[in-house]
Amino acid sequence: MTPILEVRDIHTFIGQFHILEGVSVSVASGGITVLLGRNGAGKTTTLRSIMGLTPPTRGSIQFEGNPIQGKSTHAIAQMGIGYVPEHRAIFKGLTVRENLILAERKTGDYARKADFIFELFPDLKRLIELPGGNLSGGQQQMLAVARALVPDNRLLLIDEPSEGLAPVIIEQLIAAIQRLADQVSVLLVEQNFRVASKLAQSYVIIEEGHSRVNGAMNELVGDQSLIQRYLGVA
Amino acid sequence: MTGQRASLIAIVVILGGLVGVSALNSSSPGDFGITLLSGLFQGMLLFLVASGLSIVFGLMDVLNLAQGSYFMVGAYVAYDAQHAGGLIDLTAVIPDPNLRFIIAVIAAVLAGALLGYLLERGLLRPLYSRPIFQLVLTFGVSLVALELVKFIWTTTPYSWTELFGVRESFFELFGQRFSTYRLFVVGMGGVLIVTIALLLQRSRIGIIIRAGVEDREMVQALGINVRAVFTLVFTLGCAIAAFGGAIAAPFLGASTTLGNAFLLQSIAVVVLGGMGSYSGTAVGSVLVGLAIAVAQDVAIGTDFAALPSITPMLLLVLVLLLRPSGLFGNSR
Repeated sequence: MTPILEVRDIHTFIGQFHILEGVSVSVASGGITVLLGRNGAGKTTTLRSIMGLTPPTRGSIQFEGNPIQGKSTHAIAQMGIGYVPEHRAIFKGLTVRENLILAERKTGDYARKADFIFELFPDLKRLIELPGGNLSGGQQQMLAVARALVPDNRLLLIDEPSEGLAPVIIEQLIAAIQRLADQVSVLLVEQNFRVASKLAQSYVIIEEGHSRVNGAMNELVGDQSLIQRYLGVA
Repeated sequence: MTGQRASLIAIVVILGGLVGVSALNSSSPGDFGITLLSGLFQGMLLFLVASGLSIVFGLMDVLNLAQGSYFMVGAYVAYDAQHAGGLIDLTAVIPDPNLRFIIAVIAAVLAGALLGYLLERGLLRPLYSRPIFQLVLTFGVSLVALELVKFIWTTTPYSWTELFGVRESFFELFGQRFSTYRLFVVGMGGVLIVTIALLLQRSRIGIIIRAGVEDREMVQALGINVRAVFTLVFTLGCAIAAFGGAIAAPFLGASTTLGNAFLLQSIAVVVLGGMGSYSGTAVGSVLVGLAIAVAQDVAIGTDFAALPSITPMLLLVLVLLLRPSGLFGNSR
């Protein structure tokens, strides 16, 4: 199957620091791929490079066969990529409804998607008129994912969705991401290996700015030595 | 929440203080009324410069030191279009001075919008990652604008001589004559305060602006062209400042000192209200306007002739001592 996203050997600098020194990631159409690696390995920078927020200086990124490196962030998003950043980045002064409406790319996107979104995240319906800043961490995370679902995105980049959330909320979120993955492909960054292994079908391990290993998730789960070596979790 | 309450208390105390001083200093209710109207008049003019300054700063992190120049240019364009002679002489085409004033104001707004658009697209855009350069650039533009105005219209201040309906009429209250035109300016300012507030609250572009003030990067990541929004907001801000200059001109005339005077007071308003806060700017404008009017009143017949011009800064110092991030500012 042709991948929906093909990142080949990208290099990214932040200021004078060479953060990505050759990262390649392939995201299969209609599945969840997870980026694994220790803190500071370059997982978040990989997502930001795809979005054009920290544009890569070398390498190529293709989305649905079209090159996107060098394009501006808003143009990349408009091609059909939704971004759910680390720490959610919801707009605290805007109501939940305004947060969702803001994500529209065509008038009526929100109205069309509202049923699906509230089915995934029933809590949001009740909170619709509240300012984003009044939501709990879990609710903010749900809003951030919901926001990426408002337009017709075909790929979601989700950064650390489980970070700082209670186990019961994480379970809800896993269920929701599994359901939405029927409709969109997902590239996930996740430190929590249990969450990652439940969600993803394939993985890429990044270490010190290089992509090292990739493969099917069920094989990685059985390979304790690989997990120990790159992730340091048992 | 406690922060909001502290702000409200501060506003009430300042307002109460100003009204109190004014009441004690007035010999009659009519006097007091004139001071109030004069304060509101100046407050609204300040708002017209400060609103653009504040929204542009909040959204784009650009402190536009040329904002006052747009006010000044607005005043000159309106003056020029209204009166015989000058660059554009409309007296033959539109003999009715009332109609000509409306055209003059529209001309000023268009000139402000065009110059604002050119400044953003042509000069400011390459400098978004360099805040210090932007400051120097907008300061430089204000100097160039000043010299250009002197070149076109000379350094002699113009006082408005062409008469038209609302400019000349008065109404009486408590045995005092009040200028209808001042009331008209206060009304226009009020209408704009409400219109911009509604635009920010209800329209999609308003949602984008409020979101952009919080997190520009995320707005872009949602697929919104923030640069285009910058251009629109900057252009509108300059147009509103030029509108302020145009409607102030029948009262203040057109002079080369207008720009800097209004810029300094507007910066005081924006900081006092809380950088980037729209409601802060609206409230700050009224407070500073009233404070100047009261100070003008108090200064009459004393040796403190400079009191009105230092009042905005005194008020600013007072507010910042109580609330370091301004009345409606969040400490970021």
